[in-house]
Amino acid sequence: MSVSSSYERFFDIPIGPQHPALKEPLFLKLIVEGEHVVAADVDVSYTHRGIERAMQERNYVQNIYLAERICGICNVAHTLCYCQNVEGLYDVEIPSRALYIRVLVEELARIHSHLLWLGVAAHEIGFDTLFMYVWRDREIVMDLIEEVTGNRVTSAINTIGGVRRDVKPETCDKCLKAMDYIEERTKYYKRVCKTDPTIAARCVGVGILKPDEAVRLCAVGPTLRASNVKYDVRADDPYAVHDEVPFNVIVYDTNDSFGRILVRIDEIFESINMVRYCIKHMPSGPVRARLRLNPPVGEHLSRVEAPRGELVHYVKSNGSEKPERYKVRTPTFENLSALCEMLTSKGNYVVNIADVPVVFASIDPCLSCTSRVAILDSERGKIWIGSLEELKRLKR
Amino acid sequence: MGIITWSRIRSPWLLHFNTGGCNGCDIEVLATLTPRYDLERFGCLLKGSPRHADVMVVTGPVTRQVRDRLIRVYEQMPEPKFVVAVGACACSGGVFQGCYNVYPGLDAVLPVDAYIPGCPPKPEAIINGVAALLAKLEGRL
Ligand code: SF4
Repeated sequence: MSVSSSYERFFDIPIGPQHPALKEPLFLKLIVEGEHVVAADVDVSYTHRGIERAMQERNYVQNIYLAERICGICNVAHTLCYCQNVEGLYDVEIPSRALYIRVLVEELARIHSHLLWLGVAAHEIGFDTLFMYVWRDREIVMDLIEEVTGNRVTSAINTIGGVRRDVKPETCDKCLKAMDYIEERTKYYKRVCKTDPTIAARCVGVGILKPDEAVRLCAVGPTLRASNVKYDVRADDPYAVHDEVPFNVIVYDTNDSFGRILVRIDEIFESINMVRYCIKHMPSGPVRARLRLNPPVGEHLSRVEAPRGELVHYVKSNGSEKPERYKVRTPTFENLSALCEMLTSKGNYVVNIADVPVVFASIDPCLSCTSRVAILDSERGKIWIGSLEELKRLKR
Repeated sequence: MGIITWSRIRSPWLLHFNTGGCNGCDIEVLATLTPRYDLERFGCLLKGSPRHADVMVVTGPVTRQVRDRLIRVYEQMPEPKFVVAVGACACSGGVFQGCYNVYPGLDAVLPVDAYIPGCPPKPEAIINGVAALLAKLEGRL
């Protein structure tokens, strides 16, 4: 804690970039008055790797694997969005079996991501038993993903024109059986979360985000849906076969961290049903359309509902084997401004320092995809986030 | 083997530092600590503070922004200290090799004692890496 003057009312508390409560490098600056947080600021530049630039230097096939590594947890959403984007340049029909497999893997990944998050949230609350239980059951989903795609985490299932491998009938049977087990366990976790006094004490009324604020600050995903705004890309702008696979958009009107837990648990149930539907209704046929290596000139934008919210990719092609420009907008980046709002006490709503990890975890932060460049100006001794215009000026 | 060496090998405490990775390795490191794989049976415990840790587990490519912090955290660890590079990124830069903001591997910045390749390595591989490190300690300390 830095104390600049003993007469000051406000203190700065710097947290990070390496900190027990954070799994990723992030610099969180809290301004506190006594126990209450009055303002918060985040610096996410520690994971900046320059992926967008790297994508412009590699060809479209290499970029699938780079897009996948923007974020390891939502890698399926990233490859799906990337592949849809590039396919959009060609104007081709993707075989419908491939689309079903895409949705199947996407929903399996969502179950794994939400279970992972539930464990991490339980850990932040201080309920490590729940963390261990959830992660034990999550391994079953990881096994399924490994069985379907060949790898546990970075699955590399989506490719331009379809998917890389077909699903075997035995795998489908295993999937259905595992889904029954996961459903059973998730019901149990829902009961635990609803009845446990510790969880209620740490989450109810903590991290409030009002619906109008959520919309104004462009929150996305479960964070938005826990503020009673019914918005989900899968329902509002269906991609792959989401227009055929039935599901409900889950909303809660509690506006707090507790609502965010319940939204994610209920989404696990929806995803389980979608996995079942995909397996039962999967058409037969090829799983991949072969495409030319160089896409035609043009640009395309595609959206996907990643586990953390709306994910947008944009590509501009000049007809060569490398994209001319690639742009990624990730859900956590959108949610950060909402996070700063949640961490600001005002009126009757107070945020204690002890609540910060819970509120922070409640947006399901995934910073690897979020980072932007910060430029250190040593002459003026300050740090600013550079826009393109400013960068150009600096160059001159 | 003296009692100090014995106790060091029996309870290596880990510090996990993500230097800018994609999270794939991080969730596998965490999975290694949870019931199915249970790294804690080797006496390993994940610690938050560098001052309590013996082994630094680094995941992800080292970005220019994080480099100084990484070195500072390393310096805060008490001797003897060991560094494990988990994942292709930490070993060599992985897919991010050639990116303008990324160092080509953790060993460009810190001395590394064990490399665990894979993108991400499976939990079994991480356990193998840690076991190999412990065996190395037995001979070296
Ligand atoms: S090695 Fe692979 S999984 Fe691990 S951080 Fe790097 S890209 Fe992600």
